Amino acid sequence: MHIPDGFLSTPVWLAMDAVAVPSVVVAARMARRELEETRVPLLGVMGAFVFAAQMINFPVGAGTSAHLVGGALLAVALGPASAMLVMTAILSLQAFVFLDGGVVALGANVLNMAIAGVLAGYLPYHLWGRRRLAYFAGGVLSVLASALLALTELLVSGVPLPRPALVVTLGLFAMNALAEGAITAAVLEGIQRLNAGFIRPAQGTRPRTLAVVALGAALLAAVGVLVASTRPDGIEQLLHHAPGLLDTPWFRKTAEGLAGVAAIFVLTVLAGRLIARRRSA
Amino acid sequence: MEPLIEVRGLRYRYDDGTLALDGVDFQLFPGETVAVLGPNGSGKTTFVHHLNGLLAGEGFVSVCGLPVVKANLPAIRQKVGLVFQDSDEQLFMPTVIEDVAFGPLNRGMEATVAMEAAMRALGDVGLGALAGRAPYHLSAGEKKRVALAGILAMEPEILVLDEPTTFLDPPAQRDLAALLGRLPQAKLIVTHYAPFARALARRAVFFEKGRIVADGPVDEVVERFQWVPGTAPGM
Amino acid sequence: MHHVVIERWSRGASPLHARDARAKAILLLAFLVALATTRRLSPAAIGGYAALAVGGILLGRLPLAGLLARAAIVLPFSATFAALSWIAGDAARAVSLLVKSYLSAVAVLVLVGSTPLPKLLRGLESLGAPRLLTLVVQFLYRYLFVISEQAQHMRLAALSRGSRRPPLQFRAAAGAVAVLFARSYGRAEGIHQAMLARGFSGHIRLLADTRAGLRDALFLAAGVSLVVALRLSLGAPWNP
Repeated sequence: MHIPDGFLSTPVWLAMDAVAVPSVVVAARMARRELEETRVPLLGVMGAFVFAAQMINFPVGAGTSAHLVGGALLAVALGPASAMLVMTAILSLQAFVFLDGGVVALGANVLNMAIAGVLAGYLPYHLWGRRRLAYFAGGVLSVLASALLALTELLVSGVPLPRPALVVTLGLFAMNALAEGAITAAVLEGIQRLNAGFIRPAQGTRPRTLAVVALGAALLAAVGVLVASTRPDGIEQLLHHAPGLLDTPWFRKTAEGLAGVAAIFVLTVLAGRLIARRRSA
Repeated sequence: MEPLIEVRGLRYRYDDGTLALDGVDFQLFPGETVAVLGPNGSGKTTFVHHLNGLLAGEGFVSVCGLPVVKANLPAIRQKVGLVFQDSDEQLFMPTVIEDVAFGPLNRGMEATVAMEAAMRALGDVGLGALAGRAPYHLSAGEKKRVALAGILAMEPEILVLDEPTTFLDPPAQRDLAALLGRLPQAKLIVTHYAPFARALARRAVFFEKGRIVADGPVDEVVERFQWVPGTAPGM
Repeated sequence: MHHVVIERWSRGASPLHARDARAKAILLLAFLVALATTRRLSPAAIGGYAALAVGGILLGRLPLAGLLARAAIVLPFSATFAALSWIAGDAARAVSLLVKSYLSAVAVLVLVGSTPLPKLLRGLESLGAPRLLTLVVQFLYRYLFVISEQAQHMRLAALSRGSRRPPLQFRAAAGAVAVLFARSYGRAEGIHQAMLARGFSGHIRLLADTRAGLRDALFLAAGVSLVVALRLSLGAPWNP
């Protein structure tokens, strides 16, 4: 879900940009150290491949078709740092040339799809290796993570989403996530059949740190959301209170909590990378 | 006369064990144009990729007196200009002028000097007007000439062209042949297309299963292997 | 194709085309930030921002109707949320979503329609974008059309082989994407070989950047002043 300009409130897009920019710089440095500029043609061509592959229809029943998003696929094929870079390149081009997603909102879109989406897509593969289930789970988590982050940013910005619309939206997310899982698994298996060497081994550089960090971030996010709501069943209350949401102290607390969680998530990831870098130096 | 290219006993195996080159001996002399003929998969492209060190096999390969080893690669890659079969893979920069300047920049030239060398090379192939254009808008013939300009900008002594007529329509093929005929460098032209070979080369070698099985006047080689499109003998 | 049209625009000639890419990029950012931080979009505000955007179109000698039409591509998404906002009783937000997303799109088109992508990338680089990222964008863009054409052929081929049963179609599509991947990988190999053959040894060297001049500085100063003046006239950022 590419968020256009004008949707996110200033605190939100500012925070997302502030977080995405150093993350991309760090990802670029990580990718660069691995293979210098020799890798640039491969990354560029893979980006063009994802763009082009998004044109191909995957029928998913009832006359509808889905399309590849690509975060998990790139993460498995190129490794997380390179995949983050390629996804950022894709999103930047989409924003500037194809008007798919805003420029001020680019930070948010990059965080959602190029960073969170890629990491979430990589995690199952990192834990379980070259398995269909890992590919499927990667696709599902990648889309879920991006979509939920986007939804959170929109809600925190005050974009109204009455209950029926919210339910429909969450349903669409689930369907897209499942489709991405299926497509990712099918394509990766196809690629593996063509040449097993195309898929880099799961135990790449500094794998354990990345896994720990990602798991930690996910746990923090889950805990954060629970803590931020004054009542245990947070989402249910969100739905219940949709219209008069903005002036309740509960909403403000949730917003603060979510913003805080996002900040913690990113700080953890950055810290993890800095630690890993120092360890390998 | 010292040969520009000297190859003795070249052998090369792919990673999966297939023998691509099975003992190749070859010499290229200054001013010569030699056609490289042979069926698909006979090793022609694999062979030419050894001439600028993209591949390294067993045996002896030297270019302008320099053995093809890692230390000599920068010098060798300047002397041997390889025009690849796929122009889209060769023209990888966003504009024509940036692509042609790629080689000169890698040789350490200053940006302005490299730009001048690139414009000169583009002029040599008659495409100075296309300097600011993006490569994917160009016709196949224009792309091939820009690729050639990118090689000429490095001032090579030997031009190696891998199936240059692929995707070119007859007028473009004629233009390319005329252009190549004007260039003074020694040339090695891998081609399926006998008329093109005959127009440019006096000598031809024929590859079969990784070895050179014939080396002589182009007309004789073409005749001997019936290397012309059309009906098979006896039909 | 959309990006082919944009590219044609970017190769045009106008006072705006002649300006340094960095100046234009900074001005765009100023405009977008001003628009994004404007809380209440009065008709005067909309008029002000629209006037600036149209001014850019005219300065760039870009096709007015064509550009405004292309920017409308953002409207379907915004319209959905605008409708939801309207239903929820927040008419102001509905207008805001539509207008902000649309005017932002117009402004972005003015930038990319007056600046060839390679120049824009070099400009962003000198403003601090990581070189690895801009190089990847550069290569991506270079091969986007080529690989998309390949994908299109595969799509048509799959359609003509037309199995009606979705499970088979799904498998065929996955196979097509896998083949596209493999061919793309092979293409990247070929590019690498071509780079090596011309002396590449690890660092991609580029032709010199253009220098910014007095005109660019004046342009930037004037543009930003206009934007800031408009923004401040609509209420200070710290005073909602």
